[in-house]
Amino acid sequence: MTVSRRVEQVMGMPISIALRGRHAGDATGEAAWAAVLHQLRYVDRVFSTYRSDSYVSRLDRGEITLADCPPEVAEVLGLGEAARLESAGAFDVRRRDADGRAQLDPSGVVKGWAVQRASAVLDGLEDTDYCLSAGGDMVCRVVDPDAPDWQVGIEDPRDPTRLVARIPVRRGAVATSGLHHRGAHIVDARTGRMPVGVASVTVVADDLTWADIDATAALAQGHGALAWLQTRPRRTGVVVRADGTAEVFETP
Amino acid sequence: MKRIVLWALSTLSALVLLFGYSTSTSGVTGVGTATTSVYSGSVAGAASTPAATPGTGSSTGTSTGSPSTVTGAVAQTEWGPVQVELTVAGAAITKVDVLQYPSGNSRDTEINSRALPILIQETLDAQDAQIDMVSGATVTSNGYLQSLQSAIDQASA
Repeated sequence: MTVSRRVEQVMGMPISIALRGRHAGDATGEAAWAAVLHQLRYVDRVFSTYRSDSYVSRLDRGEITLADCPPEVAEVLGLGEAARLESAGAFDVRRRDADGRAQLDPSGVVKGWAVQRASAVLDGLEDTDYCLSAGGDMVCRVVDPDAPDWQVGIEDPRDPTRLVARIPVRRGAVATSGLHHRGAHIVDARTGRMPVGVASVTVVADDLTWADIDATAALAQGHGALAWLQTRPRRTGVVVRADGTAEVFETP
Repeated sequence: MKRIVLWALSTLSALVLLFGYSTSTSGVTGVGTATTSVYSGSVAGAASTPAATPGTGSSTGTSTGSPSTVTGAVAQTEWGPVQVELTVAGAAITKVDVLQYPSGNSRDTEINSRALPILIQETLDAQDAQIDMVSGATVTSNGYLQSLQSAIDQASA
């Protein structure tokens, strides 16, 4: 099947789309892609901690209140708090800056949530399969029962030119968190320390919001990643340990 | 020229509205079944928070230095209603309380196929493995050019 692909840089990361079927490469498909990008750029303007004029930055500085923010801000903060509680504090949308001041940083929630939300636009495309990825975290759908699964490759955390696993996906989300690429950008919020014992965590779930949260929360727990993932409902995935061994998990 | 740009923009927002409409109707299969559960907790590591005054459903003022709570309006999301309350001391948010949050994920009832990862033993490049997308730790715009995903995107662009 012919796959139509597009890439754009939004939120500081590549957004890749693959479409097959009726609207792959036609004007309707292009319009849907434009609408996806439009939504993601809006999310970036609201939530970016790199933009001093974003709602989240202004909220964090106390210049505005929650009542002044679009409703999505409350939704994301609610998600962040739910994630903190479900990970026993390993995941937190608040972090300490160099001066020890608590800073609001919901980016760990925003990406998965935003892409899941934007993918709803693509659900409106009839007879069209899609895979929408933001920096390696993605939502996939196959509508035609005779069409093949999307094949998602899981990068080797020690060598990004290689793969450690592939996942055939018909409908669902795949998210990976690891300690490579950007260096150590994930810490256990309870200790402020980098996790040890685990190199990357990939989670497959029904939606990307929680796949992304769970991958990050599990990675933050280091050696405890797999044990915690076993407690999560309806997930599959791969944990790659620091020694390079990989383990597949599946929960009911 | 300006008129053309405006026209293009209005066309785009019309499309967004169109898609937004079709998605919101497809997302409401679980209306009426979305129960809510209440999360509450203080921010890990935050300074001790004096007893918060009850929110009034709107802003109760900030930046005076004494802690105040702000209860957001109920946001109707794709998943159900969400409401949070923030405690603000000075310019810092010291506490997030979730007053209302949808539990369960009613939209997922139609999703039942499990995707089980298959470990790859030998070295394969993405082309050989017939890979459509690559999942890895967050690829930034800078790292993208060297990534496998970039190679896949280029191959069929």
